[in-house]
Amino acid sequence: MTTHLHPRSMTWLAVCAIAAVAGCATPAAAPAPDYDAMAQTMLRNSFRPQGQATLERLEQDPLQRACSAETPPAADVIRRLEARELASVKPPSDGRYLGDWREGEKLAQNGRGMTWSDPAGVANGGNCYNCHELSKAEIAYGTLGPSLHQYGKLRGVADPSSAVAAPIVQYTWGKLYNAKAYNACSVMPRFGEAHVLTVKQMQDLMALLLDPASPVNK
Amino acid sequence: MKIFIAAALVASGTVAFAQSSSEAIAQYRAMLADGNPAELWETKGEALWKEPRGPKKASLQRCDLGQGAGVVKSAFTQMPRFFTDTDRVQDLESRLLTCMQELQGFDAAEIAKTPFGKGEQVTLESLVAWIASESRGLQFSLPQAHPKEKDMYEAGKRVFFFRSGPYDFSCASCHGQEGKRIRMQELPNLTTQKGATAAFGAWPAYRVSNGELWTLQRRMADCFRQQRFPYPGFTSDATVALGTYLGVTARGGASIAPSLAR
Repeated sequence: MTTHLHPRSMTWLAVCAIAAVAGCATPAAAPAPDYDAMAQTMLRNSFRPQGQATLERLEQDPLQRACSAETPPAADVIRRLEARELASVKPPSDGRYLGDWREGEKLAQNGRGMTWSDPAGVANGGNCYNCHELSKAEIAYGTLGPSLHQYGKLRGVADPSSAVAAPIVQYTWGKLYNAKAYNACSVMPRFGEAHVLTVKQMQDLMALLLDPASPVNK
Repeated sequence: MKIFIAAALVASGTVAFAQSSSEAIAQYRAMLADGNPAELWETKGEALWKEPRGPKKASLQRCDLGQGAGVVKSAFTQMPRFFTDTDRVQDLESRLLTCMQELQGFDAAEIAKTPFGKGEQVTLESLVAWIASESRGLQFSLPQAHPKEKDMYEAGKRVFFFRSGPYDFSCASCHGQEGKRIRMQELPNLTTQKGATAAFGAWPAYRVSNGELWTLQRRMADCFRQQRFPYPGFTSDATVALGTYLGVTARGGASIAPSLAR
C-alpha cells in the first residue's frame, strides 16, 4: 500500500489559493476525486490486528493489486503476471509428487486455518470441498471452482509415476502450488507460494486427485 | 415458541439436501412468517428507543436517522447517508452510536470497541431490528446527491474488489458471480440488484444456526474473518463504504429485514 492520501479538501484549498492570487473569486471545478487513494486510506484506517490476522495482510503484492479491479487486466499484463508466478513454483523437495490420498481427503474436507479465530501454529485445511466437487460420496461441495471428480482418470493417468503422466502430474503440482501461474486472477489461493499448505499436505492432495485408488477417480 | 422453531429446523434440515439451500431457507421463512424470532428483538428495540437511558437519562426519540428528528419509518432503506451534524456518511449502526452519545451520554467509542453480543452492542441489535422492521417492504433508495455519498459508493466498490491476505480473497471472490455456492451455501452475486437486495436487504437477520440476531456490521465482520483479513472496526469507514456500495446496488429492491438467515 504505497498510495498516499490526497484529501480533496486540501487540493481544493490549493486551487482556491491559486485562484485568489490570479484574482478570480470562484475556484475552478474541483478535480476528479481519486477514489483509489480514498479506498486505500479507508482500508488502512478501518482494520485492526486480531489473533494471527495482522495488518500486513492488507498489503497487496503486484498480482493482488492487478486483480483488484472490476474487470481483468489487459492480456499482456496477465501474461507477465503468470510468468512471474510460474517462476515461483518449486517442485517437491524430496522429488515425490504423490502422498496418501486418505490424508488428502481429510485435508480437502478441512476448511479451517488462518482466520483471526483459528489458533496460530495449527495446520491449515485445504478448503477443497468449499469450491470443488471431488469424491462422489461428498455431496456438500461448492461450485466456485470446476468439478474435480475423476480428475486423474479423465486425464488418462493410470500410473502417476510413469513418464507419460509426468506433464499432468507436474502441471497439477504447479496448480496447487500457485494457481495464478496458469490463470493470473484465479479465485484459487496460492497454497504453496503463500505457505498455506506444506509440501507434505500438497503431496497428499496430489494423491487425492491423481492416485487411481483415490475415491476421486472412482 | 422455541420448541416450534426447533421442530421447524429439524423438518427443514432433512430436506435441505434434497433441494437447494435457498429453497430450504425460503421454507423456513414461510413456516415462521408469523413468528420470526427477530420479532423478540424488534419489540425490545422499540421499548429501548423510547426508554430514558444512559448518563443523561434520555430516550432516543429525538434521534435523527435522516428523515428528521424521531422519524423511524423509511429511515433504514435510505442508509448509509450523509449527515450534516457529523459531516460524514453513516450507516444505521454508526448513526445510532452518534445518537446514543449525543442524546443519552454514552461513550460511542467504548460501544464500538465492545464485542458483538455484549453490553450496549446488545442494545444496538434490538434497535437495529426494530428500525429495520419499520421499513419492511419499502424499496431501497439510498441518496447519492451529496459528494461524500458518492465518495462512499466509489470507495466501497473498490473495497469490494480489493484482493489481499494469504488467500488472495476479496468480497468479489465469493460474491461476484452468478449461481455459485460454498459447500451447500448459495452465494448471492452482490454486484447485481437482485443479489445485493437478497443480502444487504436481509440484514439484520435472525440466524437459525446460532439463535442470534446479526446486524449487517456483524455479518460483514464475519465475512472479513473468512476472507482471512484483520478485524474491521465497528462502523469503520470501509464497512460503511461497503454498505453504501451494496445499498446503492440494491436500489429499487424491497427490504425484507429483519429476515431469517442460516
